[in-house]
Amino acid sequence: MTGRTRENYNRNYLEYVKTQDPPTKHFKNCLAAFGVGGFICCIGQFIRYMLGYAGLSGDELAGSTSVILIFIGCLLTGLGVYDRIGRYAGAGSIVPITGFANSVTSPAIEFKTEGWIYGMAAKMFTVAGAIIVFGVFSGVIVGLVYLFL
Amino acid sequence: MNKKGNTIFFENAPRITSFAAVCGSKESEGIIGSYADIALSDDMYGESTYEKAECKMLSTAISLAVKKSGYKENEVDVLFSGDLLNQIISASFAARDYNFPFLGVYSACSTMSESMLLAAALVNAGYINSAVAATGSHFASAERQYRYPLELGCTRPPQAQWTVTGAGANLISSGGRGVKIVNGTMGRVCDFGVTDVNNMGAAMAPAAADTLIRHFKDTETSPEDYDLILTGDLGALGSRILKDLTWEKGFDVSEKHVDCGEIIYKVIESEFQGGSGAGCSATVLNSYVLTKMSAGLYGRVLFAATGALLSTVSSGQGESIPCISHAVQLEN
Repeated sequence: MTGRTRENYNRNYLEYVKTQDPPTKHFKNCLAAFGVGGFICCIGQFIRYMLGYAGLSGDELAGSTSVILIFIGCLLTGLGVYDRIGRYAGAGSIVPITGFANSVTSPAIEFKTEGWIYGMAAKMFTVAGAIIVFGVFSGVIVGLVYLFL
Repeated sequence: MNKKGNTIFFENAPRITSFAAVCGSKESEGIIGSYADIALSDDMYGESTYEKAECKMLSTAISLAVKKSGYKENEVDVLFSGDLLNQIISASFAARDYNFPFLGVYSACSTMSESMLLAAALVNAGYINSAVAATGSHFASAERQYRYPLELGCTRPPQAQWTVTGAGANLISSGGRGVKIVNGTMGRVCDFGVTDVNNMGAAMAPAAADTLIRHFKDTETSPEDYDLILTGDLGALGSRILKDLTWEKGFDVSEKHVDCGEIIYKVIESEFQGGSGAGCSATVLNSYVLTKMSAGLYGRVLFAATGALLSTVSSGQGESIPCISHAVQLEN
């Protein structure tokens, strides 16, 4: 590709466009994210208490709570509800584990039309792949820091 | 030679004999709802995938335009069409249902005006008698190709636009009645360095301004000479920028300018800046605008659809967005 480098961008125009951009409503977005994200966490805590009463503890309790939340995330994605929550809540519904479930389920639904193997299965992690890679990577870094502290 | 600058003049004035538009359920709630030939209640259009639905909308629009013109299918000389999907599959898959030849074009969201310009040029030159120009887009198939899966719960930035579900087609022929295509200005690719794929309006506005200004100069007209200056899918933000850019060069389009993307939806709220996509200008032109023109409400319309010539690969590699706009001048 030739010609177009960052040097010959029209700086004046780009500066001008910035002044015309509609502002992102940071405060409102943060509030919505905090409210919805907090609510999802409350549901998680409620499930945890219930499972605790049912006699689970330790890793079993944490694992079961996550599984139930993941199931709810997947179900709401399949029902076409989760994207609406996400449009409103932003990070509030992306960061919790339900958001991760949504990021795996939504491409799976989308690419099902291209076949079960090369469509659904192969493209299931187009969004979540990045989360997994950087999740594992930061896990390793934090682990190493912990080891030497 | 009937050319001045980048504008070609059609002295035989090819006519838009018939036009047809199909729009999705969301679009039917807006201004074009009562003017479109078919408003879908189901965005799948009875098909198993969104891509098939897009293709079916396009072929429905083409068939309707041919039918309304009174021409028989074997009398149509050529089809100019394209769409937003990779390898313009909707257009070429739609074309396999017809006996007439197909010339595929790609000009992103300005495919409608490019198709019309090419069709009018061939008709004007006398090579052919009739040609169909058509294009369309579908929200779901465009989202899947350019953005994220439909069900992914993410927010849309305030600059974002909503891809229109719809298709439009018109039949251009050498004689008879209908709106005349008087001239056409071929677009140049403009790139001012906008890299934000969510801000198509800002990326495309310079291309629209460039084409409009060249058109005014080539035809020795001014914005006041038109009843309507119709751009494709700049959206609310892009329209504001276009007015500023043209005003800077001494052409005040603010009185006459209307953007298809800006008017297509009833409430601009979750769609933010309005509609976009090849189907946006195609449906608005081939329903609302041409109906009004046929009724004599507008005498002279300048139709300049705008297109962003990017791909997911180019934007992924951090390239800026080259844009284009082709214009055709329509007269009663």
